[in-house]
Amino acid sequence: MSEEDDIILSELDDDELVQQMFDDLYDGLKEEIQEGVNILLGRGWQPYEVLTKALVGGMTIVGKDFRDGILFVPEVLLAANAMKGGMAILKPLLAETGAPTIGKMVIGTVKGDIHDIGKNLVGMMMEGAGFEVLDLGINNPVENYLDTAEREGADIVGMSALLTTTMPYMKVVIDTMIERGIRDNYIVLVGGAPLNEEFGKAIGADAYCRDAAVAVETAKEYVARKHNRAKAG
Amino acid sequence: MTTAAPETAGATVDPPDDTTLTRSGLGPRGCGQVLLIACGALAREILDLKAQNGWDHLDLTCLPAILHNHPERITQAVRDTVARHRGSYDSIHVLYGDCGTGGLLQAACEDMGVQMLPGPHCYSFFEGVEKFATRGEVTSFFLTDFLVRQFDAFVWKPLGLGRHPELLEMYFGNYETLVYQAQTDDPALTELARHHAARLGLTFERRLTGYGDLETAMAGWARSAPR
Repeated sequence: MSEEDDIILSELDDDELVQQMFDDLYDGLKEEIQEGVNILLGRGWQPYEVLTKALVGGMTIVGKDFRDGILFVPEVLLAANAMKGGMAILKPLLAETGAPTIGKMVIGTVKGDIHDIGKNLVGMMMEGAGFEVLDLGINNPVENYLDTAEREGADIVGMSALLTTTMPYMKVVIDTMIERGIRDNYIVLVGGAPLNEEFGKAIGADAYCRDAAVAVETAKEYVARKHNRAKAG
Repeated sequence: MTTAAPETAGATVDPPDDTTLTRSGLGPRGCGQVLLIACGALAREILDLKAQNGWDHLDLTCLPAILHNHPERITQAVRDTVARHRGSYDSIHVLYGDCGTGGLLQAACEDMGVQMLPGPHCYSFFEGVEKFATRGEVTSFFLTDFLVRQFDAFVWKPLGLGRHPELLEMYFGNYETLVYQAQTDDPALTELARHHAARLGLTFERRLTGYGDLETAMAGWARSAPR
């Protein structure tokens, strides 16, 4: 729209700019998001502030409208792509500034499953929420999850599947954890289109997460509990 | 979701056009002892098998094929259709695979006491459920005759690829091959399928499957029902 074309981001004050970035994220405008991120950093914002207030704030609106059926998958992916553009600027800075990390998550799609859109969204939103995310990619056998989780001292193992034929593999991973006596070392979160809460319970996961926003909230809750237990113990 | 009005008993068994099957499905003719409840994407194949084998005692109703893109709606739609027609037929069979319902359709069918097709989806039973499972093709994207014809309605438009071709990599970047499972030997459809593969940036493979386990299951149900 021509009116929007006339907006000069650098002339907006901080609040206006963040609001504009919400709109730009909603519209999937990657270049504008990157410009907004750079402007806020130039004004002395901490990378973590830019991430949480501008990017995660905007993606939360996108996630809510997706859940409510106002936005559809293509729009969410465009928004995610725009956020990814902003994250690419922020990630090295976050590492330098020692931004708070509230937990570590290993995440990947299960063996036989190459559908990673949901997994990527969850990973990005988890990073935005302050988790360190170790992305295993697609088509992961049980060893990938467990070896990485052990080596990296992860708090959470996240598994994703889009196919009815691959979702039972999540139980293989959890059963292997039980066999090795390490099940209680990790919070196990599962997600994917054909899954439901009942399935999550049946396979022994800690929680089924229906979307990225729920995954973030669930992860925060479980990590807080885990830390509280550790303190009490 | 709109549902097609019932056809009059004795009316032609020609399937409606693909757009109608996609959006509205197909109503039953109201005659026969056995009702088949199927995905609209299977209407042509089922009607062809009925005609070839003289299975006039099998009636057919189809749910809108576009439910393929909304698997979370399939189970309830099947439940509603079974409930609506239960009193009018001796038996009912469901011609869906799991179709992304995560086992919920199977559980619903067991609960209602009706049989459904084996396998995860139509790609599986067209190829043969066991053979399909053995192949274990992780990086293949499958199309049937119906989906080749309706590619834009089921794939290209809902994924926003016309408006946002930059999303192609996000959707299909992990796929390698488009496998066209041909139910019929139609050179024009094969060329169209090859064209779709090129649009998605995938290599192309065609397999003439015929009707596979769909035919076997229907034959069993036809035999076990009195004419």
